[in-house]
Amino acid sequence: MSNHQGGHGSAKAYIIGFILSIILTVVPYYLVVNHSMAVDELALAVMVIAVGQLLIQVIFFLHLSFKGEEQGKTLSFIFILVVVAILVIGTLWIMWNLHENMMPNDMNMLNH
Amino acid sequence: MTAHSANHHSDDHHDHDAEVKSKVLFGFWIYIMSDLIIFSCLFAAYAVLHTHLFGGPSGKELFDLNYVMIETFLLLTSSFTYGLAMLEAEKNNKSLTLVWLFITFLLGAGFIGMEINEFHHLILEGFGPHRSAFLSSFFGLVGTHGLHVTCGLIWMAMMMFQVCRFGLTPMVTRKLACLSLFWHFLDIVWIFVFTIVYLMGVM
Repeated sequence: MSNHQGGHGSAKAYIIGFILSIILTVVPYYLVVNHSMAVDELALAVMVIAVGQLLIQVIFFLHLSFKGEEQGKTLSFIFILVVVAILVIGTLWIMWNLHENMMPNDMNMLNH
Repeated sequence: MTAHSANHHSDDHHDHDAEVKSKVLFGFWIYIMSDLIIFSCLFAAYAVLHTHLFGGPSGKELFDLNYVMIETFLLLTSSFTYGLAMLEAEKNNKSLTLVWLFITFLLGAGFIGMEINEFHHLILEGFGPHRSAFLSSFFGLVGTHGLHVTCGLIWMAMMMFQVCRFGLTPMVTRKLACLSLFWHFLDIVWIFVFTIVYLMGVM
């Protein structure tokens, strides 16, 4: 890939990114429409494909890399991904725990 | 001699512009990263609340995957055409830049039109954000994304005007580059809206 004057990639990069994005949009759509797996596996597969598409768009459309000027952007992006992961996973974890511990289920109701 | 020094001067100018551009773009990138945190909070809220239906309809009953698929393609294609506009701007081709910007604008407007139509139908049927926690978080997440796209469209209309009025000056191309980051970022957020809200919603 040509990196002329910290530019915006080439037409080829955009076309490759676009085609890969279309594939990674159509594939999960058909997986879901055809109920091709059990729900849990399907959810996992669809999430993995979404992350794949995230990477493709970040590389081919946003041109993030570890070279030269782009390094600062890439590092801040990775940092934010960690923050996002802590936020989302932490929220789900806390709320799931609350749900388990605070909800009066039938057994507790019987004991009181 | 004069030609040489003039040339040298314009080189300095070019370096200065490039430096300003890379600083502005990095600052704008930091803004986008903070915006990502807003979206991740909304996603977390949706993930917690999407099972709280309060007797209302679930995503499976409400969502039309084919309709959302068209929306997805509109936004994905607009992201691609914006990239082409940036390539033409780099080649200093004003008219083709405008053409691609206009196509991008139409695709984005189509996306927003479809989304407003979807929201309108949901609200008319009584499934507005007041109906259940699931629908509140749904409208919160998808609506925030739609609001961002709407802002992007207003910005894009202003940029088309500026390209017409001022041509592809360093100031204009710098703004176009900021908008390109914003527009690609919105497309990436939509991938996750599409996957988590719609695809997982209809499973």
